[in-house]
Amino acid sequence: MGWNRKILRVDLTKGICSEEPLNMQWAQEYLGSRGLATKYLVSEIDPKVDPLSPDNKMIMATGPLTGTMASTGGRYTVVTKGPLTGAIACSNSGGFFGAEMKFAGWDMIVFEGRSPKPVYLYVENDRAELRDAAHLWGRSCWETEETIKHELQDPLVRISSIGRAGENGVHYACIVNDLHRAAGRSGVGAVMGSKNLKAVALRGTRGVSGIRDFGEFMQATTAAKKVLADNAVTGQGLPKYGTQVLMNVINEIGALPTRNHRDVQFEDANKISAEAMHEKRPTDGKPHLVTNAACFGCTIACGRISEIDKGHFTVKNSPKYWGASGGLEYEAAWALGAANGVGDLEALQYANLLCNEQGMDPISFGATVGAAMELYEMGVLTKEQIGLDAPFGSAEALARLAEMTATGEGFGRELGLGSKRLCTKYGHPELSMSVKGQEFPAYDSRGIQGMGLAYATSNRGACHLRGYTVASEVLGIPVKTDPHVTEGKAELVKAFQDATAVFDSAGICVFTSFAWTLADVQPQIAAACDGDWSMDRLNEVGERIWNMERQFNNAAGFTAKDDNLPPRLTSEPARTGPAKGMVNQLDKMLPEYYQVRGWTPEGVPTAETLARLGL
Amino acid sequence: MKIAFKLFASLSDYLPAGSRDNRIELDVEEGVTVGELIRRYQVPERSAHLVLVNGIFIPPAQRLRHRLKPGDEVAVWPPIAGG
Repeated sequence: MGWNRKILRVDLTKGICSEEPLNMQWAQEYLGSRGLATKYLVSEIDPKVDPLSPDNKMIMATGPLTGTMASTGGRYTVVTKGPLTGAIACSNSGGFFGAEMKFAGWDMIVFEGRSPKPVYLYVENDRAELRDAAHLWGRSCWETEETIKHELQDPLVRISSIGRAGENGVHYACIVNDLHRAAGRSGVGAVMGSKNLKAVALRGTRGVSGIRDFGEFMQATTAAKKVLADNAVTGQGLPKYGTQVLMNVINEIGALPTRNHRDVQFEDANKISAEAMHEKRPTDGKPHLVTNAACFGCTIACGRISEIDKGHFTVKNSPKYWGASGGLEYEAAWALGAANGVGDLEALQYANLLCNEQGMDPISFGATVGAAMELYEMGVLTKEQIGLDAPFGSAEALARLAEMTATGEGFGRELGLGSKRLCTKYGHPELSMSVKGQEFPAYDSRGIQGMGLAYATSNRGACHLRGYTVASEVLGIPVKTDPHVTEGKAELVKAFQDATAVFDSAGICVFTSFAWTLADVQPQIAAACDGDWSMDRLNEVGERIWNMERQFNNAAGFTAKDDNLPPRLTSEPARTGPAKGMVNQLDKMLPEYYQVRGWTPEGVPTAETLARLGL
Repeated sequence: MKIAFKLFASLSDYLPAGSRDNRIELDVEEGVTVGELIRRYQVPERSAHLVLVNGIFIPPAQRLRHRLKPGDEVAVWPPIAGG
């Protein structure tokens, strides 16, 4: 049924790796990956645990479609309690690492405790062992991957690792696999670093077995791939232009957060857009973009591989950055660019490369720089404190602050704690553009009302990937709704949140949902897995996962007061564009959302809701 | 009257000479509709997926009725998405 039926438990304190059967009852109730790993986590840790203590656990998990021939079936998820938010952290990544875990015969790896010294986990099919990583500590994700492959004399080993950001406790450190794919948000890399776990290296040669009905699965996955190929977005738009094509769209509708959300439109949006990535540079006559790229089993291939201008001030003396590498994607280009007013595409790519190299989330990093730049312009932070001039728009400051944060140098240590801690320390908590401590992604909720509700209620803090109503409110997928109205958004947000939980838990990429609905996913899961996988059942599983995550957060100490937006978004009207004069009307949507969810006015799932979902 | 016409992503090939940064200023007659403008520049109808006037979405059924005003900014994309 798409499962190996076994998990690897790694006790880092004792240095012991042990095998356990996968709880197949839970696989029926929570599907896999995000849902199933969260069920394990909430069953095994105290919700009030310090995220960076040995008592926190970290789980790497696949879904039933991971490693199969389902399109985009390469995803894996990292679930833990996150240091940036103190809430559930659940970050998923593409590349090839997830599929390799399945090929090695494991569905999930649970890490617990803390190793007394730096180690990495090596898994070759059944064999799992912790190895010394003293020589890897202090090295980047890129060096770590290269060194392990060289040591093992195996170029096909797949590696997830942390860089110096994860070692240094950057609260938004990532876990990077395959050089430039990342479990990016909420600081899962800092948890890994706190456990003295530098990397996980996998080699599997067994393929995937246990598909319930292979013929039916072939048919279902082939039909679903045709849907992706025939759809203009997944078949043409995403492979050609990548996600960054949204830059001009979101700017045009007046929802591109600019200079720490002071503005909603960026005068240089076109300079950092997908269109700009295709244009030849005046300096060397080459376009920034080299090619697109796909993760394991993906038939969309939205990934960007680009080459930085070798003569740019950021890299002219650093040849190691001259080769083709990952980026830019929309979120990174926005967070490193518009969020702090920088319109220099090469500088954004340099900062993005540092994020990939040392393992940190470019969204939270860029947005934290935006907050620091605002504090600098207000005179709250000085040149002496930061170590350099940091006005909005300074590409030099962006590049230098990326270096300082990635390596834990000077003021970079403070930036590494995220905007909420930074702004609170300097007396302006209201200037942190975050929810539950996690920074916003690239959509201003004054111009896209539903996203305000999606951010406020996201279980991992501000995030676009828990409920992407932009698809409906801006792009018309699956149906167009008006981004300026609040009516109907509670239902819309709930529908997106629950469906996304299913996509994530299946082990596939949420970008398939630009063409697929759950009705396209359902036959693939039903053919792969034993049990009843009807549409009703999938909808129920999605809702169950959402409520389970919510219960964990409530038990961790979050309340309805934390389902909130910074005052800038609810009281400072947008200054330009079609949303000019508007604020986000969260107060109108939130009570309705609680009702639609079957929660009390205090945001707590009612006994009836819990019983209905079997929680 | 003067308007701005912007074509993005693969549609930029349909922009006339003289355009810059996916944008051109045009002198058009009063009363022209957004649908007529798109046809005039031979943008295939099925490719004109996301059509905004001053950042506001114009549904397909209204494009041949929606008359442009001086200073309007028309922006058009093929089917695209991101995240």
